[in-house]
Order: sequence, then structure tokens, then C-alpha cells
Amino acid sequence: MKNITKSKNNLYSLGALVLLLGFLAFLQSDTAGYSYQISILERSAIYAVVAVSMNLLTGFTGLFSLGQAGFMAIGAYIVAIFTIPVEARASVYYVSGISPVLANIQLPIPVALLLGGLASAALAALIGIPVLRLKSDYLAIATLGFSEIIRAFIAAPMFDTITNGSYGLKNIPGFSSIFTVFGLAALCIVLMVLLIHSSYGRAFKAIREDEIAAQSMGLNLFRYKELSFVISSFFTGVGGGMLAMFMRSIDSKTFQVSLTYDILLIVVLGGIGSVTGSVLGAFLVTSGRELLRFFDDPLVIGGVSIPLFRSGFRMVIFSILLMVVVLFYRRGIMGDKEFSWDGLFGLIRRLPDRLKKRKTSSAAPGEGGLKQ
Amino acid sequence: MSFTTFLQQCLTGISLGGAYALIAIGYTLVYGILRLINFAHGDIFMMAGYFMIFAMASLPWFLAIPVTLLVTVLLGVSIERVAYRPLRSAPRMSVMISAIGVSYLLQNLATYLFTALPKGYPEIPFLKRIFQIGGLSASFVTFLTPVLTLVLVYLLILLINHTKIGMAMRAVSKDYETASLMGIKINKTISFTFAVGSLLAGIGSILYFTDRMTVFPFSGSLPGLKCFVAAVFGGIGSIPGAVIGGFILGLGETALVAMGQSTFSDAFTFILLIVMLLIRPTGLFGEKTTDKV
Amino acid sequence: MTDKKNILHMDQITMQFGGVVAVNGLTLDVNEHEIVALIGPNGAGKTTAFNCVTGIYQPTYGSVSFQGEVILADTPQGKMRRLYAGDVTPASLTPVHKTPDQVTKLGIARTFQNIRLFGNLTVFDNVLIAKHMRAKQNVFSATLRLNHKEEQRMRDESMELLQMQGLAHLKDEIASSLPYGLQRRLEIARALATNPSLLLLDEPAAGMNPQETQELTDFIRQIRDDYHLTIFMIEHHMDLVMQISDRIYVLDFGKLIAQGVPDEIQNNPKVIEAYLGVSDNVDD
Repeated sequence: MKNITKSKNNLYSLGALVLLLGFLAFLQSDTAGYSYQISILERSAIYAVVAVSMNLLTGFTGLFSLGQAGFMAIGAYIVAIFTIPVEARASVYYVSGISPVLANIQLPIPVALLLGGLASAALAALIGIPVLRLKSDYLAIATLGFSEIIRAFIAAPMFDTITNGSYGLKNIPGFSSIFTVFGLAALCIVLMVLLIHSSYGRAFKAIREDEIAAQSMGLNLFRYKELSFVISSFFTGVGGGMLAMFMRSIDSKTFQVSLTYDILLIVVLGGIGSVTGSVLGAFLVTSGRELLRFFDDPLVIGGVSIPLFRSGFRMVIFSILLMVVVLFYRRGIMGDKEFSWDGLFGLIRRLPDRLKKRKTSSAAPGEGGLKQ
Repeated sequence: MSFTTFLQQCLTGISLGGAYALIAIGYTLVYGILRLINFAHGDIFMMAGYFMIFAMASLPWFLAIPVTLLVTVLLGVSIERVAYRPLRSAPRMSVMISAIGVSYLLQNLATYLFTALPKGYPEIPFLKRIFQIGGLSASFVTFLTPVLTLVLVYLLILLINHTKIGMAMRAVSKDYETASLMGIKINKTISFTFAVGSLLAGIGSILYFTDRMTVFPFSGSLPGLKCFVAAVFGGIGSIPGAVIGGFILGLGETALVAMGQSTFSDAFTFILLIVMLLIRPTGLFGEKTTDKV
Repeated sequence: MTDKKNILHMDQITMQFGGVVAVNGLTLDVNEHEIVALIGPNGAGKTTAFNCVTGIYQPTYGSVSFQGEVILADTPQGKMRRLYAGDVTPASLTPVHKTPDQVTKLGIARTFQNIRLFGNLTVFDNVLIAKHMRAKQNVFSATLRLNHKEEQRMRDESMELLQMQGLAHLKDEIASSLPYGLQRRLEIARALATNPSLLLLDEPAAGMNPQETQELTDFIRQIRDDYHLTIFMIEHHMDLVMQISDRIYVLDFGKLIAQGVPDEIQNNPKVIEAYLGVSDNVDD
């Protein structure tokens, strides 16, 4: 009986995968016509990688880091510096020229992405040594600070020949197709999921649950926190590299603290401690932001222009949304549960009852998750 | 560098440090009581800047200042009421995320309402008067800031050590639950703490922006972070610590700018943080706390 | 006394917090295959003494040896030299500080007075986590599932342990949802999963009724024999302590006031005074 449900669920998953691939192939068939949709989906997939890596740290190890933008910047700049075609470099570094050391080094894209991830992992290891020995509040503030320092260094005039200072880098090679983006993102996320479900993932969760008990199980707190921090930063760096390829041109302003807050919104909305929640959140937030774009345009109804609608209103709506989730739906969409077909069907079955209940007694909204 | 220039730089540093100290106290007070990094504190400071711009547009300075301070205090207290109080029993991470949310909201709201372009900060004539002492010349606000900071800190310490509400604040910061069992009104005490913190941030804002002349939606975020570092440096929860941290930060930063390394004056703060955490994690005046097993 | 092999030796352990001396010059021995109890009124410093054995606290003065190896040692330094208020005059000792995880690796496992399970994880995961420390794997082999043999071994061993503890049918339950008595039992199972040779139990019978306490008595004896353990425990239930212990140490205000076999302790006037002087509710 159990096996039948299981194979049935596998069948559903396979079906969903085929549908997704079909949809992507459909978009890919007319890249010019669907460029807007493609760009939203690609950005979502990249944010999903970063959000899952933030969740690995925050949701599964219980450490709260706010350095995502900084680690993404490192990945992005490494990928950019080493993949901009050599012949295009003169036009990119037209102000101060490029450092002769770097001028002729061009790496294949996968190598550059890996290098970007490794560089941010190495920096994370360094920061982690002093900070992870302390309470996690300090980690939040120190990583946030580092993220700003990294930006300051990138924009500093003395590194102009490497980072092109405040002019940013352009002509970064892009992705050949949407499949590359989704494939890479899926690879990163699958690796993180495998880690979370391994013996090491259990050790991370033990630390999240109770540090003292985890220690008495023979787990060296610092070692495992550092490990989780380094791995999370690795994937954040890779995500940053992917973002650079997606955007084709980057500068230090791309990686402001607000980027970290975007990722945080995704993780909180999806549910802290749920990988599928983070993925779902990445697609919802990224496309939601595009859909909300009309808030930024002046709105005229029957000749009367509604005064609220102007540039910046979208972000206000967005931050209010974050506050509403934090205050009233603290568990987010998925809580700490993962998506499952049984959970989805269960929800659909219960939906009529729930609606009826809500009508009769205007009860407080539930956690609104797919519970198994 | 001549001796006069050196003194001039010191004066600038001390003045900046005074403004930092006033903000850092807000962090230290709130952290002491709620164990929360109030990420929105820097943005309250930024909003106070805007309030002042609008108050000065229609009021003379001696009315504009109290109005600005009052509105800032209201903002601080209502943030606590709306965004932190409902999460009293929630995990600490949720409260921290809520604080980030408020900070994000205030920045976006400021961008929406006042645009992202820097707005000119009004000049208060008597604060901008230039004084000459020997070879030193500086505006009145430069001399006023450190003096006012020290006076305010003295008053605050008196308040905390010698009044009933001060005793309540000390009790709540030592043990939240026991304090409530002893009949201390937790919510009132916390609101009061936010009011004091916001008041100091408001005063700090006037002193800081009078020297800088412009306000923009993100002008609170970096000073906010720095002042939190100042509070950690001095030992989080300790008021004299926050003050000394603020002054050290102000002096260090000014020294780097004077040496022509202004790009790294921001980085200096965080390097200071890391060094302190390595050598003395509890900060200069912090107390060591041990979890009960 | 006994010619059995010494397992745990605490030598003049003094633990001072600020001006308060929580444990004052405690010297005791636990020998192989013994069940030794540490008793005393509330606040006598028993749990502090445990925390000094497992490395959660670094003692202010004194040393702890496990199977002949010094695992913790210190002597007052810096400000503490002036503040030191212990009875024993400190001699110079080379500081040794094994962290709690290192102590566990050496073979000392413990349970906690106020249960510390991994509350949101399953019963099975709680035990499985304890197996991680001795597993031969690294983060790459574990992620890429190259360690599947090792993983399978860990799972089999954990399952076997749960079966022996009668918790197998609960393996997929969330730990914090178990009834109190089973949570205690799971905590012991989890400690056993680290393959210890010395087990420290901090008030294993707290909150149990007389019948459960009786079951626990048998259970402790049984695990000692099944797993070749030495057991050192803190307990308030005198029935349990008197029935099960080979020897008893009595602590009051951080100081050792008596030691001996159960009969000696029961009739020791100092012990009676310590208990009656503080509280007449020994069961609490």
C-alpha cells in the first residue's frame, strides 16, 4: 500500500518535471518573444539558489547571517573579471585600464563559477573564526558589516584596475539558454538538499535545536557552524556569479544591503527551514515584484490620477508585505515542512471545509501551510 | 601635519563621536532590555532628520526642535508597539527579522515620500556660528556635541540609578520574567526605554545632520550599523561603554579620513568589531553571562 | 576500599562563580562497573560538579581524570587569584581544558536535569545524531552518498538501540511530543548511542511516580550490565539511590560531607542534618 502511494507520487513528480521542461522548451523556442517571462524565471531560479543557501544557515543550523549581498558580490565579480572576453576588456576598463596580471586570463564559465564560490567560502571561513564563537546576533551584524566593506573595496579607486571601480563591469557572457540557468540552479539546490538530509545535515539541525545537547553528542559547535557557514557562502557566491551572467553588467550598487533583504523576504515568506518553501518564495517574490510594477506608474482612473501611485510605492507595499508575514504568518507558506503530493492533496481536500469554517466564524487565519 | 590641524581633527572626531555615542546608547538600552538588535534605530535617526526639515519649514528653530524630538519619540514607541510587542514570546530570530523589516519599510517609505535624492538640512543659525579659539575654528555645534552628549549621559545615568522607572529598567534587563512577577509593568518599561532611545537618537540626529547638511533615505543605515558596533565595543548593555565606543569610533574614523584613507573609514568600524570580538567578546565594560545548564 | 580499576577521579575540584563557591574542594572516585550516586540538598552544587566533569565549565581549581588521563585541570589565574575563596590552597597545575564534545568522544555521556532533547526532530534522528561523531565520513562523501555503508551501519545500530530500549515503535514521533517518562528514556538511549564507558545521569527519576522509579532502578542496572557501563548519577529519590548505589557521596554547600556505602550514609548524622536543615521534602 505504502509502495503504491510512493510510486504514484513519483509519477506525479515526473509529470510535473516533464511539464516544467516542456514549458521551458516552449519559452526557449521564442526567446525574443518571451524575453520578459524568461528573465523573470531566470532571476527567480538564481534567487532560489541564494535563498536555499541562506536557509541552510538560518533554517537548518540556526545561524542568522546577513552577508548574502557581499558573498554574492564576490562570486559575481570573480565570474565577471575572469569571463569577460579578452578582446572586450579594453572597452570595459576604458577609464583606468586593466591590471596586467589579469589582462589575459580568461577562464571557462564553470571554472569561474566554481572559483567565485570558493572565494566567498574562503572569506566566510575567515570571518567565521571570530564571529561564530559568539552568539548569533553578532554574526548578523558582522556579516552585514562585511557585506558593506566588500562593497567599499569594490568601489575603491585603488582597485580600479581590477573591479573598474564605480564604473562597474559589463560585457559579461550570458547564459546560452534558460535550461542552463535552471540546470545549474537545480544542481546547486539538489546538492544542498542532499547535504541537509545527510549525517552532516542532522548535525546542523542538532545544533539549531540545542547547542549544549549537540555538544554532549560529541559535535564540535564551532566546527559545524563554520562548515555550514562556509558551504552556505559557497553557494551564495555561485548564485552571485550566476546573477552576474544573468545581468551581463554589474557594479557595486547591485549588491547593496537591500539585495540581502530581498533574499531574506524570500526565505521568511517561504518558511524558515523549508527548502521547497524557499524555492517557491523565490518565484513568488520575483514575479510578484514584476506584477506589482504598476504601483510605480501613475494610475489614472476616470481622468483622476490616484495620488498614491508613483515611483517607490511598490517597495513600500513590498516591505509592508514582509512585515505582515513576519507578524501574522510567522511560519511563512511552508513553515518548516517540505512540499509533498500527499500534503497538497490533503490541503485541496480540506479546502472546502476551511472556507466554510472561515465563513461561519471569522476565525484567525491559520498558519496556512501544507501540513503532512 | 601641524599641531593646529591635529587639534582641529581631534575636535571633529570628538564631535562626530558624540553624535555616535547618543545613537549607540539607543542600541545598548534596547539590547539590554529585549536582547534585540534594533535594526530600525538608525532609520529612526534618519527619519528624525526629515522631521526636522519639515518642522523647520514652518516653525522657528526653538519650536521645531521640540516638535521633531516629540515626533521621533512617537515613531520609536509606535514601532515597538506594532512590530516588537506582538512577538514578545516568539523566537529571537523572528524579532530580529521584524526589526529588519521595519528598517526596510522606513527606508522605502522615505524613498517614496521624500525621493531618493538628498534633501538639504536646514541651518540653525546659532549652531552654525563659527568660533575661533587660537588657531582652531569650528562651528558652535562641533563644540556643543561632546558637551551635550556628556550632560545627557550624566542625566541618563541619574535616571537609571535613582528613579523608580530606572529601577524597573534595570530589573527588566536583569531578568525579564522575574521582573514581571515582581509587579513591574514590562510593556510600560519597554516603551519608556524606546522613548529614551529615540529621544537621544533625535538629538543625535540634529547634531549630526547640522554638520553634514543633507539627509537621504539611507543616511541612517551605515551610521546605525556603526553605532551598534560602538555599543558592542563598549560592552553591550553598558551606557558608559556605548559612549566610549562612540567616541573611539568617531576619532578613529576622522583619523583615517585625515590620513587620506576615507574609503576605508567605514571598514575601520567592522575591523574594530572583529578585533574586539577576538580579544574581549564581552566588550570593554560588558559582563560575562553564562547559560544555565 | 576496592581494587577495581579507577574510571573517574575528581581531585579537589573547586568551582567559583564571582564570589560564590559552588563546589568546594570536591574529591571523589568512580570505579569500573560501579553505580555511584552524588546526593545533596537543592543548590548543593551537584549539577555544577557534573558540568565540571563534562567540560561545560572549566573548574576554578582542581583536576578531573578519566581512565587515568587528565581531561580538565586549572588553577586560579588573573583576577580569580585575588577573588579565590575555596578551602583548598591552590597548587600550580598545568591547565587542561577538553571541550564537551571531546569529553564525549573520550567516552563520557550524560543526560540533563531539565531534558535537552532535539525537540523538533524525530526519536530516530535524536539517536542517529549521536552516531555521527564516530562515523567514518566527510562532508563530501556524506553529501554525495558515498558513505552509504557507514550511513546504513549508523541507522542499523540506532534502530537496534531503540528496539532494546523499547522505543522502536515511536521512531518517527517528534521527540518533544513524547510523554515525560519516555523523553527521559530517549535521552538515556541517545547518551548510550555515543558508545560511552561512563554514563552521567542528572536526576533520571525527576518527575517520576514510585512505579516508574522502580522500573528505572531495574533499567539502570540493566544498561550497566548490557553495555558494560560505569554509572555516576545525581538523584533525589532516596529509595532509588539506596537500592542501586554501590557507593554514595553527599554534597552540601559545595562541600563533601559524607561518603560511603548506602547503610553508612543512611545513619550519618551530618547527612540527616543537612537534609532536614534545608528542606523536609527530599523528593522534590
